Amino acid sequence: MLKGMRRLISKVHKLDPGHVLHMGTQAPQSLAAHLDSQVSGQSPRAISRTSENDPAKHEEQHEGQHYSLPLQDMKTIFPHGLPPRFVMQMKTFNEACLMVRKPALELLHHLKNTNFDHPAVRYVLYGEKGTGKTLSLCHIIHFCAKQDWLILHIPDGHLWVKNCQDLLQSTYNKQRFDQPLEASVWLKNFKTANERFLSQIKIQEKYVWNKRESVEKGSLLGEVVEQGITRVRNATDAVGIVLKELKRQSSLGIFRLLVAVDGVNALWGRTTLKREDKSPIAPEELALIYNLRKMVKNDWHGGAIVLTLSQTGSLFKPRRACLPQELLGKEGFDALDPFIPILVSNYNPKEFESCIQYYLENSWLQHEKAHTEEGKKELLFLSNANPGQLERLCAYL
Amino acid sequence: MAASCVSCCAALSCRLFLGGRVNLARRQVLWKAAAAELQTVFGSQILRLRHTTVVTTKKNVASLRCETYTVDFIKKQIEEFNLGKRHLANMMGEDPETFTQEDIDRAIAYLFPSGLFEKRARPIMKHPEQIFPKQKATQWGEDGRPFHFLFYTGKQSYYSLMHDAYGKLLNLEKHKNELQAKGLFSEEAKTKDLIGSRWLIKEELEEMLVEKLSDQDYAQFIRLLERLLTLQCGAAEKEFLQSFRRSVTIQSKKQLIEPVQYDEQGMAFSTSEGKRKSAKAEAVVYEHGSGRIKVNGIDYLLYFPVTQDREQLMFPFHFLDRLGKHDVTCTVSGGGRSAQAGAIRLAMARALCSFVTEEEVEWMRQAGLLTVDPRIRERKKPGQEGARRKFTWKKR
Repeated sequence: MLKGMRRLISKVHKLDPGHVLHMGTQAPQSLAAHLDSQVSGQSPRAISRTSENDPAKHEEQHEGQHYSLPLQDMKTIFPHGLPPRFVMQMKTFNEACLMVRKPALELLHHLKNTNFDHPAVRYVLYGEKGTGKTLSLCHIIHFCAKQDWLILHIPDGHLWVKNCQDLLQSTYNKQRFDQPLEASVWLKNFKTANERFLSQIKIQEKYVWNKRESVEKGSLLGEVVEQGITRVRNATDAVGIVLKELKRQSSLGIFRLLVAVDGVNALWGRTTLKREDKSPIAPEELALIYNLRKMVKNDWHGGAIVLTLSQTGSLFKPRRACLPQELLGKEGFDALDPFIPILVSNYNPKEFESCIQYYLENSWLQHEKAHTEEGKKELLFLSNANPGQLERLCAYL
Repeated sequence: MAASCVSCCAALSCRLFLGGRVNLARRQVLWKAAAAELQTVFGSQILRLRHTTVVTTKKNVASLRCETYTVDFIKKQIEEFNLGKRHLANMMGEDPETFTQEDIDRAIAYLFPSGLFEKRARPIMKHPEQIFPKQKATQWGEDGRPFHFLFYTGKQSYYSLMHDAYGKLLNLEKHKNELQAKGLFSEEAKTKDLIGSRWLIKEELEEMLVEKLSDQDYAQFIRLLERLLTLQCGAAEKEFLQSFRRSVTIQSKKQLIEPVQYDEQGMAFSTSEGKRKSAKAEAVVYEHGSGRIKVNGIDYLLYFPVTQDREQLMFPFHFLDRLGKHDVTCTVSGGGRSAQAGAIRLAMARALCSFVTEEEVEWMRQAGLLTVDPRIRERKKPGQEGARRKFTWKKR
């Protein structure tokens, strides 16, 4: 925290050499506030960073600015779920910075004012490719993690409906299929993200794995998760148990539950998986998908459901489809109705400027023309203020 | 006909068969007994020809080896052509007297419609002078003695031309010296006849002399003509020089600039088209805007996911430094993604001409933004796998 402050102070020094700072006498927080107001008042150029690192306190004034997340937290909160390019950027810059944007702010505002006695509200983030839906979701997850919610984060729904090597017939229900690998991987990550809850929540029913093993009523949820990780054959069922228990218990009010699913249109689309006789499998025949659909229904209270649509990994959907109606299909739309749609669009000029400043500060843009106005105009034209495209373009400069 | 030929080809006497022959025939000593028949003027041509066809001495074999179109043959062709022209005019219901070559071409295209792609393979009816290549007559008589005194140089017409030109030069210098001696010499201003014309090129000179020349010969000739130019010439010399000048048409570099139109809200815009390969595009560029581009109703970022295509679209605006200042709506069809990008680029550049100064239009033209890209997919040839790729070569 102090190191970040010092960096910010030194940068401000470069901006306003004539400005006199009283360094030693004042306390750090007030100094930061003082600096913020002073500098934002004086320099017309948008500053790309803010020192407000708590998502709960992000307001409209922070819009367009980057805030940094501590890397330790990143490992715990996001064992999975970050876009791969962002992970690479994190590794390069040695810091994780997210931009505060309007859709995320809107969602935060809604979440802060949720009434936990009402059924869980569904929020759907949709938009063109590369506009920042997944990162907005990550912003929300960070907020909820800070607020001590239990986070149920499915990184990509599409991973569960394609490229599955081993499909087993489910032991629980003969008609459904198990996906042991995906389930066990997800359970591992879930465990990393929510360690402390696993030792607090107790299951309220007895589950029998097979003739010799069973889980008693009243034992910890952590045990179920362990069983799923060690015995890969039962991983899918473990996931199903976890989901059922969490849904049941969040209504009791012990904890708040956030269900965050990226690529939720995979749940209602088509799969590329086939049975042994080459007939296609519908999504509901996969146990993981079936349980997840139950989770996303709003018949429980005590939390919120935040979903993201994604065309990038979707199967059998045209490239330009980005609206909920197109990507979810009739079935999905009816299942998710009613929901609050939140459009994530391209950068506005202030955000674009801020992004370029961030890259310049990290010495990411090495081209001489990157500092100049013409260079910025070129980048704006070529990327049309699309965050994903801008990131890919800047990778070459 | 013989007399007219002689008069018009005084300097270049070898072109027409008859002129030289009749001249030299009169001058030569008649060696054979049959020469007595040559005294008669009329029929001399026919007799002359009869001699050449019948008497195949060793010296005449060389000329008979290459295919010559004899004078009779050419004359017959010309008569047939004229007759045919009149018949054609009658057929088409036009006046035979005023039937020009363009009319002939149109009539032939109408009567013999051809679907051949190669224009030169279609039926034509032209004057025999244009169809049969010009050939040199036999340069020597039946006794083997050449007619022209410079025959043994190898390029007799060229050297005779040089000789004449140099003679003229010497005459002019002599004249100038005489005038200077008398004190009547006066510097004249340079004439303006030479503006808009160029010396004839080597191929044209070769065609004129019916002889092969080398580059050095041609250069020497031009140098001689330039030297003639520097001196004051009389009317005859001027005519002589003009026969070697060809006019140069000045290509108009004016770009067609679209007029600016105004729509209902009073916004100024300009429309134009462009194409590339088989893609056709039409662009509407608005004068004031924020740099949004819509292609077929879709945002250009979604329509062209590849950066290369978007760079092509950026080129006209970036060149004129007007990146965020115009709004564009365009429609495009045909071609592939790169061709469509190129077509839109051309259309946008043409539309931008109406908002931009003339100098900047000239810069755009020099940058190649306003030229239609003529590259087309090359045809696949038989015997090859593709346009250039040959089949795999197997040694056995």
